[in-house]
Amino acid sequence: MSELLRRAAWAALLLLPATAWSADELEALMSRLAAQRTGHALFTEQHYVALLERPVQTSGELFYEAPDRLEKRTLQPRPETLRVAAGIVHVESGRIKRSMPVQRYPELAAFIESMRATLAGDLPALQKYFSIGFEGDQQRWQLQLTPLDKRLAAAIRQVHISGVGIELRRVEVQQTDGDRSVTDIQPLP
Amino acid sequence: MKRNTVILLLWLVLLLVTIGIVARARYITDLSAFLPRAPTVAQQLLVSQLRDGLASRLVLIGIEGGDAVARANASRALAERLQPLDDFIWVRNGAAEAQQADLELLLKHRYALSPLVDERRFTVAGLREAIQSSIDLLVSPAGALIEPFMTRDPTGELVGLLGQLDAGDGPASTEGVWSSADGSRTVLLAETRATGSDLDGQQRALQAIGQQWRQLGPAQPATLRLKLSGAGTFAVEARRVIQSEALRLSLLSSVLILLLLWLAYRSPVPVLLGMLPVACGALAGIAAVALGFGAVHGMTLGFGVTLIGESVDYSIYQFVQSPLVQARRRLWRTIVLGVATSVCGFASLLPSGFPGLAQLGVYSITGLIVAAAVTRWVLPAMLPRDGLRLRRLSPLGVHAAHWLGLTRHGRMALIVLAPVCVLVLWTHRGQIWNRELAALSPTPVAAQALDTQLRGDLGAADLRHLVVVQGPDADSALRASERVASRLMALVEAGQLGGFNSATQYLPSAGVQRARLQGIPPQDELRRRLQQATQTLPLKAARLEPFVAEAAAAREAAPLTRAELDGTSLAPAVDALLMRNGSVWQALLPLRAPAGNDQTIDAGRVRAALAGESALLIDIKQQSDALYGDYLRQAGWLSLAGLLLMIAVLGAALRSLRRVARVVAPLLLAVLAVAAGLVAAGVALTILHLVGMLLIVAVGSNYTLFFERQQAHEDGPLTLASLVVANAATVIGFGVLATSSVPVLQALGVTVSCGALLAMLFSAMLSPPATLAAFAEAE
Repeated sequence: MSELLRRAAWAALLLLPATAWSADELEALMSRLAAQRTGHALFTEQHYVALLERPVQTSGELFYEAPDRLEKRTLQPRPETLRVAAGIVHVESGRIKRSMPVQRYPELAAFIESMRATLAGDLPALQKYFSIGFEGDQQRWQLQLTPLDKRLAAAIRQVHISGVGIELRRVEVQQTDGDRSVTDIQPLP
Repeated sequence: MKRNTVILLLWLVLLLVTIGIVARARYITDLSAFLPRAPTVAQQLLVSQLRDGLASRLVLIGIEGGDAVARANASRALAERLQPLDDFIWVRNGAAEAQQADLELLLKHRYALSPLVDERRFTVAGLREAIQSSIDLLVSPAGALIEPFMTRDPTGELVGLLGQLDAGDGPASTEGVWSSADGSRTVLLAETRATGSDLDGQQRALQAIGQQWRQLGPAQPATLRLKLSGAGTFAVEARRVIQSEALRLSLLSSVLILLLLWLAYRSPVPVLLGMLPVACGALAGIAAVALGFGAVHGMTLGFGVTLIGESVDYSIYQFVQSPLVQARRRLWRTIVLGVATSVCGFASLLPSGFPGLAQLGVYSITGLIVAAAVTRWVLPAMLPRDGLRLRRLSPLGVHAAHWLGLTRHGRMALIVLAPVCVLVLWTHRGQIWNRELAALSPTPVAAQALDTQLRGDLGAADLRHLVVVQGPDADSALRASERVASRLMALVEAGQLGGFNSATQYLPSAGVQRARLQGIPPQDELRRRLQQATQTLPLKAARLEPFVAEAAAAREAAPLTRAELDGTSLAPAVDALLMRNGSVWQALLPLRAPAGNDQTIDAGRVRAALAGESALLIDIKQQSDALYGDYLRQAGWLSLAGLLLMIAVLGAALRSLRRVARVVAPLLLAVLAVAAGLVAAGVALTILHLVGMLLIVAVGSNYTLFFERQQAHEDGPLTLASLVVANAATVIGFGVLATSSVPVLQALGVTVSCGALLAMLFSAMLSPPATLAAFAEAE
């Protein structure tokens, strides 16, 4: 199973340079995304963890406010809030409340920064953390983000973000240890 | 032998003895002079914490400027260089490698340490809940925390422990080392081996940091700045300031007064001789303090200038005034009366609970008496046979009489001044006194602000509220802490308390540890329960063999002891909260205020929650302010007693209520005017202002006595001239003190210099016309 995934990932990586992507397309998408000021969506997340026999599902709501506020409110199986504002992550889980700079947890940084920067259409921030591959067109697009930072790269292999128009539909984080999570997003009006 | 020779020999011998005592005296500069002599249990704790507790040994190190990578590199390089030094017990910067020891210890003893381990934890239902909770965490954003330990610690004890230890909002981390929350400053923490009261040791440690910092070389770009703070830094800096101020102020006022004397005498011999009583008085004062208190406080040396101001007067009177035997006898009666009133004033400082003030009292009394005695007996013996050829000071006296005569026209204004001053004081009656001990702190506000910032970065509790419990041994103090902790936990859950720290978080009592470990079932039984618990979970029991093995080993393990904590950051954490105090062990539980707008702890509620436990809640700020309030009240009563004593001495000497009133009225008016002036200028008065007012009366009485005693057949202008020079010397001496950056010296200087000037002025204004006329007439 994981061998298959690995091969698929390699295939994707090898194919990447061949895919025609244009800087213009990416910039156009980013500037359209930047115009979006707020967002509210439901999410369902599948976690594929090697240690566990079957994927674990979590779900909840996402809130976004340009340019740097993102809140992921998990409702199932246990309530948990993850909020990022101005580079500081706040985690609330039960009685535990913690705040820390985004960089402290690379997995978190990958998920948060890739999603926040994409939502904000913040190309420079995205380019600071990742090398970017673009596929598709303005209507249906997919970004392949590969970490540049060594610490980040030690934990995260790649982040895939796909969307329709100016809406994000799926975020997939692939860890270097083979674990991955797939987040499906359903925008709310 | 001639009489003069005997006197000079005796004086020389006494001088040598005094110099010997002064040279061998111990000098202290810590702030213990401002701490109580006979404290309550709470105050004792406060004092020992301030002096030698962990808080007094922590150095807070900040690195600013440059970029985050440069700061982090500098932090690592500095920590690496400081760690091997003997000056430090430990140095920490939050680098992951340094936390490895903590992690291993917590992991090894997790079942003894975790408060979540109770009789239910290892039942089938308890295991299922805990493992489910860990799985939820594993797939949450913070999943990386638990992932590496999932098969060894599927019930999540380690993560729980880390969360609990971090609950004090530990420092943020940038580029892998501790930093301020916004990442703009890198922070390190070091504990010195020297205790807080060992200032030389503290200074060596601070210098070592500075030296290592300069030697960092390429790891330290020029744009980086090193900032140090902490109790030791404050104490060392306070010592430096007090030492340099004492020297600077004494030198400056000596030079100014020498200049004044030179202008008055225009001859080197009387100038030098005039300083002799001052020098002898100062030496005798220091020697008396050294003998009486065992050690001399640096601050007392700073007060040395108070002596210059007064004792230089005696020689001025001696040189300037009439050579007639009759007149000289009268002069000395007045001087002795002046010394007596001053001594009464200073004597009221002796019983003060403030060792600093008591030292000042001993110093001044001894100094004045010795200065007067040297003036009376030694100076004449040293004078040239043909006497001093002083420049005639009469014209100065005549001029002064003229100008002071003019001020008499303003005497009606004094009738208005008194009620106005009373009105000013009345309208400000609520805020006349500064009731905070911090008002006496020589630490500049900017340094206090830096300390607050660094403490905030490091998440170090400000230790304002503490619960204290004690027991005959460490373990019973820990057991008492556990009982208190369970009561406090209820307050935390009710939101009335933000949280608290306790040594038992890092080192539970042996009983509690054993109870937790006994909850672990035997290996086969655990395996069976695990099988059942994981049936419906995505994580299967077969994966959890490492857990089964480690839990079985923990079951047989001995409880964790303090010695095992060595080498981890848990050791200083425990030592700060659990300590031996004489024959008992004390455990401290610092409280954190609940989050919210007011951020205050309701002491009444906490006390109510602790009812029945022999635990003590201490509000350190309130405690120290209350302490200071007691001193202030005490000093108020003592000053009043001193004033009454002075009036009694004057009454006994003058034998006339009217004459006493004439001496005292200008002084009280001067005190009133100074107090009202300070209050109107927005100064909140401290204990030192109060002492200053006492000194206005003590020093000022010397001038008012001359105004009261002036008789026509003395040399009027010469007497007045000597008074003017003496007053100028006092005003200069205390005026210089007023420029000090040490709050206590500054307060005293402002009060007395203004007061002495006003006392002279008011004496002239209130004296009968005949007195000034007599001052204007030559022999």
